[in-house]
Amino acid sequence: MKKNFFFILFLLSIFNYSYGLEKNSVLENKIAKNLRCLVCQGQSIYDSQSEFALSVKLIIKRKINQGNSEKEIYEYFKSQYGEWILYEPEINKKTIFLWVFPLILFAFGGYLIFRKFFIK
Amino acid sequence: MKKKIILVLVIITLSFVFFIFYKSLYKKNYYVPQNISKKIISFKAKNLYTNNYLNSDQLLLDKKFTVINIWASWCLPCLKEHKYLMKLKQNNNIKLIGLNYKDKKNNAKKFISENGNPYDLILTDEEGVLSIDLGAYGIPETFVIKGKKILKKYIGPLSQTNIVEIEKLISK
Repeated sequence: MKKNFFFILFLLSIFNYSYGLEKNSVLENKIAKNLRCLVCQGQSIYDSQSEFALSVKLIIKRKINQGNSEKEIYEYFKSQYGEWILYEPEINKKTIFLWVFPLILFAFGGYLIFRKFFIK
Repeated sequence: MKKKIILVLVIITLSFVFFIFYKSLYKKNYYVPQNISKKIISFKAKNLYTNNYLNSDQLLLDKKFTVINIWASWCLPCLKEHKYLMKLKQNNNIKLIGLNYKDKKNNAKKFISENGNPYDLILTDEEGVLSIDLGAYGIPETFVIKGKKILKKYIGPLSQTNIVEIEKLISK
């Protein structure tokens, strides 16, 4: 009975450990996919095998293990390399047009369709 | 008439495209952001020769100029800039620190013994993590630092003009 109990405990701890590892590596990949490889042509850190990208991946891994949040990691890279390293531009004065224009276009298209089919 | 207009439009478009491509043909591809952090994050690094760990607080003293040069024995452009670093060494107001990037120790030592040692101190960055803490893109790269602030950054091999520029910056 005692033996079984310890065996189950052992299995659970292995499961828990591997689950933790997997969770970390999912986050790691997510962050790597959102960062631009600055020395490559059109590749993300996740895709690239350049020296730069390999080091960045290592830093992401370490920062996650140190308990840094996703946002903190993005902030770190942003402070080192500027906003350009992030694939998703932040909403600010310079990028507001970039964010709002597709919405305007979408609304305008909707209006055109609406006018064509519903207003006669 | 219509054909003529189309022809003119095609020619204008093509020459516009040609102009754009021709203009950017010789343009450097490096994007250097303006508002990056100019302060150095404190770091710890191993000395290439003694294997002792050194702290950035010990290395980067206030009111002193430090030049950090990232290099490796496998990097050809580093060999090209080496003679300029040797020239920079003659300036006594600068502390020249070499950061050996992702290199084999023996190769790095061989490179230095063959080409001369311009550095006051050589640190190692085996994983490339330190270089990213500095905000480097690749090698060679050179940072002119005063205290813990980056004054100027050179991406790619240094040239004679860069050396003159650095010396001018320091004499200010």
